[in-house]
Amino acid sequence: MRRLHSVAGLVFGLVLALLAGTGAILSLDPALERLDARPGGGTVAALAAAVAANHPDVERLERRANGVFVASFATPAGYETVSVDPATGADLKPWAASATLRWIRGLHRSLLLGDAGRAVAGLGAGAMAVLGLSGLALLAAMLGGWRRLGRRVCAGGAGRWHALLGRAALAGLTVSALTGIWMSLASFGLIQDGSAAEPAFPEVAAGAAPAPVGTLAALRLLPVGQLRRLTWPAAGDPADVFGLQTATGAGYVDQATGALLNWQDHAAAARLWEWAYALHTGQGLWWLGLLLGASALAVPVLAGTGGWIWWKRRAARPRIAGTTAMARAGIVILVGSQDGATWGFAATLARALLAQGQPVHLGAMNRAGPMPAARALILLTSTHGDGDPPASAARFLDRLDRMTPVPVAVLGFGDRSFPAFCGFAETVSARLARAGWPALLPLARIDRQSSRDFARWGEDLGRALDLPLALRHRSATPRSVPLQLAARQDFGADIGAPSAVLRFAAPDGAALPRFRAGDLLGVMAPGAEAPRFYSLASGRRDGFAEIAVRRMPGGLCSGYLHGLQPGDRVQAFVRANPGFRAAGGSVPVILVAAGCGVGPMVGILRHLRPGRRSVLYFGIRDPGSDFLYRHETDAMLADGRLGRRVMAFSRGGTPRHVQDRLRENAEELARQIQAGGQVLICGSTAMARGVAAAFAEILRPLDLTVAGLRAEGRYLEDVY
Amino acid sequence: MNTTTTALCLSLAMLAAPATAREVTITAAMKPYAGDGAYLALYLTDAQGAYQGTLWVAGPKTKYWKHLSDWYRATGGAPAGIDAITGASVGAGRTLTVSVDLAEALLDAGYQIRLDSAVEEVADRPAEVVAPLTTAGKGQPVAGKGFVRSLQYDF
Repeated sequence: MRRLHSVAGLVFGLVLALLAGTGAILSLDPALERLDARPGGGTVAALAAAVAANHPDVERLERRANGVFVASFATPAGYETVSVDPATGADLKPWAASATLRWIRGLHRSLLLGDAGRAVAGLGAGAMAVLGLSGLALLAAMLGGWRRLGRRVCAGGAGRWHALLGRAALAGLTVSALTGIWMSLASFGLIQDGSAAEPAFPEVAAGAAPAPVGTLAALRLLPVGQLRRLTWPAAGDPADVFGLQTATGAGYVDQATGALLNWQDHAAAARLWEWAYALHTGQGLWWLGLLLGASALAVPVLAGTGGWIWWKRRAARPRIAGTTAMARAGIVILVGSQDGATWGFAATLARALLAQGQPVHLGAMNRAGPMPAARALILLTSTHGDGDPPASAARFLDRLDRMTPVPVAVLGFGDRSFPAFCGFAETVSARLARAGWPALLPLARIDRQSSRDFARWGEDLGRALDLPLALRHRSATPRSVPLQLAARQDFGADIGAPSAVLRFAAPDGAALPRFRAGDLLGVMAPGAEAPRFYSLASGRRDGFAEIAVRRMPGGLCSGYLHGLQPGDRVQAFVRANPGFRAAGGSVPVILVAAGCGVGPMVGILRHLRPGRRSVLYFGIRDPGSDFLYRHETDAMLADGRLGRRVMAFSRGGTPRHVQDRLRENAEELARQIQAGGQVLICGSTAMARGVAAAFAEILRPLDLTVAGLRAEGRYLEDVY
Repeated sequence: MNTTTTALCLSLAMLAAPATAREVTITAAMKPYAGDGAYLALYLTDAQGAYQGTLWVAGPKTKYWKHLSDWYRATGGAPAGIDAITGASVGAGRTLTVSVDLAEALLDAGYQIRLDSAVEEVADRPAEVVAPLTTAGKGQPVAGKGFVRSLQYDF
């Protein structure tokens, strides 16, 4: 599915961007023309008579799709068209199709390349349909199922825009694509458009004198809104007739008797074609045209972000010198990866094994096959959506039955805050065990690309393989920028929990990187192998980057940060954390934090719309010592940015934890959850477990679960 | 300049005498109108406008031919042998040149060369040009009332 989506997108991306861009411009035409339409309640006979009185040479009166009436007539100077008022028949203004729009329409229909271009445009419409359907399937997989398509998108960067815009524009683009295919097939004559079924030209008895057009019976009962086109007979030709097309059919009118001749209702094919035309162009449905045009605007962005995602994924796949074919490799490493991060870990492992002189094969799990020389198979896989396989492992389980068991180790990668953390790795591990594959190591899991956990697993693997393995994996880090400590506030030193709020600014007038409250600041301490991440308590538009850091005993990075004095500089970078953001709209926000976890909560509160219902549950040890952000949250309570603050002090006469306060306020929390409320939690893993247990109790009477809220993006954790 | 030159023999039931045929070159110059390429039908009628035969049809898609309405009505849109005498539509400001072999007997006998035109989304112009086929009319431009600036024939 992903390959189909990628190939169609890469082949047709530019064409689709062009078709959609021109389509978006053309979509304005019906709405603009509509502005010129006037109401008219009379009959075609009266209107035709009024127009004929003004223009004795009138040859044609037409009601265009958007309700503008246009009369065409010959003058000594040539041929003229004017729009007329359908109520009075009076001339409004000279009318002509815009040459610019005509050129754009030509570009849209045929790329100005005749039938070949027309065929490309038709194939483009087909590609758009394929991209829409495959994109929908991919989105469903990413969000954890078809019923969760409306769920919030937890992706960053180009992937986020691609998913959000694609979802928003899907309906409009599908309508455009399907009707475009229909019109293309009709233009090549591959399906009927009904144009062949025309009434025959009638034989009329010449001789009788023509009657005034206003008296013709066939036109006297016809409302002007029903008219499509009326053509006058050639002057002085008594055998000629009026041609009449209406919304429902076509026929002729005897110019002497006013009788309707050879009438024929539109064939089903013609009606279908007209619907396809109206749905595609918005002609006659101006509001739909605008909606489709707005959807079309997403296509160039989708093409650009799609190309970027494809390229990034390609670039993420490592090319390592010295690896061996699967059939000759002693150690086979297979990777299941959605976006490429897992490939980086696999490459580190492969390099370490190669350095030990091992014949190693590195490939995708989808390529699994016979491995006659292998003494070990190592599977590294992430999980997609709700326990589904990632892209490069989708076909792995089907291939398993044809393989001969060897000792196998499975390492799952995931994010503990997701319900199906390492779910696919668990599935694979269970299937291997059932099929009798001996376990080289028990199933292991890596949370959020922890290089420390990876190194630890590497030691286990080294022991199992009898090799001295040291896996020093450094995730590709963005280029860091210098930040200068502008101010620090210290808390909790006297109770043995030293914490500091550190506010950094960009030095020397440099610009801050782009970030929002809740994103992560990666800091590289001197001598440290890997960056440590701290949740940001501010957004870029606050003008500073703020973090709250607890000094951990023996902590390399927290010790380094606590040693900084104003004016000192650090090297840091930002990592987006799109899965931890307050929902838009006006639903209540329930913020739960302990200790330094309050940092991102304050950052989120700083950016909430004034008057938004919010409550902060905040657990600390001692109100006299480690009450971080006391003055700022006081001010927020006073000016209404924070609705309520509930404190839990774990020291003193009656020790309380946040989860105790949550239970005490169960009724109020239940009301807030029922009002669509969203819960954000930041703090230690142990605290998060306690909070989840409390919420499980609060939710039970509502027939809700923490997992259910998680799936809806209403229960978000940032734990460490 | 859009030149299409084809020699053809118009065999009319009454006047099939190709031994005394004459090559007639018909030139239609288009106005610089605003619109896509025009569909044109050049055909021969008698003095009363009754259809006699088709000389040339410009415009590739037969489903649009019904907009050449006089000619279409007279012929039903597909007279025999039409394939050999069709070509591309004619853009604004261009000129169409067609050569046909006509029986001598058709000259000065009350026949007319007629031209129907149609431009998508602009207008259909049945019998836009009516030019009597006479020796005296040779080389005399006849103005069109729609998209055609002038039509003339030479032999």
